Amino acid sequence: MDLLAEILFTLTIASTPLVYAAIGELVVERAGVLNLGVEGMMIVGAIGGFAAAFTSGSFAAGILGGILAGATLALLFGIITQLFLANQVVTGLALTIFGLGISALIGRSFTGQSLETFPRLDIPVLSDIEFLGRVLFQQDILVYGSILLTAAVWWTMSRSRVGLIIRAVGEDHEAAHALGFAVIPIRLAVLAFGGACAGLGGAYLSLVQTPIWVEDMTAGRGWIALAIVVFAAWRPWRALLGAYLFGGFTIIQLHAQAFGVNIPPQYLSMIPYIVTILVLVALSTDAARRHLRPPACLGKTFFTAR
Amino acid sequence: MMKRRTFLAGATALAAPLPLRAQSDPLKVGFLYQAPRDDKGWTERHELARVELQEHFGDRISTTFVENISEGPDAERVIRQLAQQGHELIFTTSFSFMNPTVKVARQFPNVRFENCTGYQRAGNLATYAARYYEGRHAMGTLAGLMTETNTIGYVASFPIPGVLRGVNAAYLAARKVNPDVRMRVIWINTWFDPGKEADAATALIQQGADMIMQHVNSPAPIRVAEENGVSAFGNAIDMSEFGPTATLTSMVFDWAPYYVQRVQDVLDGTWGSGDTWAGFGPGMVTLAPLNDRVPADVRAKVEAEIATLSGGGAHPFAGPLNRQDGSLWMAEGATPTDEELFGMDFYVEGIDGSLPT
Repeated sequence: MDLLAEILFTLTIASTPLVYAAIGELVVERAGVLNLGVEGMMIVGAIGGFAAAFTSGSFAAGILGGILAGATLALLFGIITQLFLANQVVTGLALTIFGLGISALIGRSFTGQSLETFPRLDIPVLSDIEFLGRVLFQQDILVYGSILLTAAVWWTMSRSRVGLIIRAVGEDHEAAHALGFAVIPIRLAVLAFGGACAGLGGAYLSLVQTPIWVEDMTAGRGWIALAIVVFAAWRPWRALLGAYLFGGFTIIQLHAQAFGVNIPPQYLSMIPYIVTILVLVALSTDAARRHLRPPACLGKTFFTAR
Repeated sequence: MMKRRTFLAGATALAAPLPLRAQSDPLKVGFLYQAPRDDKGWTERHELARVELQEHFGDRISTTFVENISEGPDAERVIRQLAQQGHELIFTTSFSFMNPTVKVARQFPNVRFENCTGYQRAGNLATYAARYYEGRHAMGTLAGLMTETNTIGYVASFPIPGVLRGVNAAYLAARKVNPDVRMRVIWINTWFDPGKEADAATALIQQGADMIMQHVNSPAPIRVAEENGVSAFGNAIDMSEFGPTATLTSMVFDWAPYYVQRVQDVLDGTWGSGDTWAGFGPGMVTLAPLNDRVPADVRAKVEAEIATLSGGGAHPFAGPLNRQDGSLWMAEGATPTDEELFGMDFYVEGIDGSLPT
């Protein structure tokens, strides 16, 4: 029982960076922009967060640093694709390469440094409950933050006027423009939000999970976040589920090995990707296409006669 | 033309000694690094050795390095450039540089090349590597003596002979000093993913390991051990700054003695190709200073173990030794040849769990 609690506890930590990055990208894609630079934004978030926390000695500054670094890189993407109308796929890939490079450059003086342990919550009564206390009430604030964020994004996207406008821009930017919505400023704002989330996800890695800075430390998590958005069919709660599925399989596989369970770890590592492919296949059926399809303007450039 | 050049290169490589050099100019020695020179890991050790080499010979040599070179066409271009600039001895310090080095060595028969951890050689191309398993054997002794839960956790990268030798050597040493010891191994199937390395170390600790060994490249497992109040062993560099309490020691490579020797050979005109695979003996493998927590009697045992390994006294894999399935690998009184060590693709008897295939 104790071990199970420990496994669930670690599983949350492994999943949280994915939740942040996936939720951010989900909103961006709902607004019709395909930003493939999630990996790049996560890695600058990781160094931004680490550098800020290390220099100031405060985790709050670290969190803010990660958010700002991710948002800055996303705005760079926004300027290039929304104002200069560059191709989004190519720019997104370039953003990742740029992010990996600049984070390594900034990170040179932070390699080999380490931070204090990130504080975890300790609620007097609740944290002491056997099993549930460990799993639910001893996490750090960023874990709770990721779940609140998912709820907030769900509510905003499906219940509020802001969400309606974002979705309108993503479904048909010409029509949204004709109705008087400022497509480009809206997309820039959404991009900044997505970058901030990805940056925070990256900062979680360097502030909480490891907590160190090393080059390339996101190790492909940005790409997994992109897969989760598709897996979730652009729905926030499903993205949360997807992130926990990816994180969960990683952790369970590690524990299975340490137990000496006789399953080659490669199979367990494969499962989330196989599920993603199955979801993609399911999405391509006619029945699913009607309500589980990507935003109609996803990745399309918006031109306007000025 | 092509034929003639190939023939010449081949002939030089096989028979003719490399030309003696004029004594007046300083010898130019080039280094190729895969990562930035201050990477807190593999490359930094080579860079420190280069600095020491330069200091040792002073103005008799001049050293150059090119850092952060990815494998592939880039590497070949840079190696060729170093050769064209008149470097007479070029160290390419990564396995990923093996093929480009082989190619360029063929085109520059008068330049001497040395590739670290590669296995392809030529008349003007030597290889060198460290016997990591000797270091891990000594660390295994320390882990076996220090563990209270009798469980050693091992965060491993890929199930290849180079990594398996380390797992087996550490386990055998630990079992020798502590018959009740168990080893739990997690393969993360990557050399570098700090998040996953941390998760694997956490999983091992949750399953009762109080000694965390690693054959992956980031200090993340050390940090996890420090946070959880257990012990850990660093890899490639002294990692104690990441976990001053947790880190019992780290395996550290010292390439300086080898570089000094090889440059001296070139200056003396005695340089020859070959393969060098060295351990504690010539000081290529060393352990960082042991943590103050290690009691004196344990310290003495570890030092004795290192002394034995240095002298080539006891081989970590001396027979009798069985594979995990109970089949005999090394008979009583026999010791494995280097060829046999290169082919080690199994767990030794006593390790739990099955090896991913």
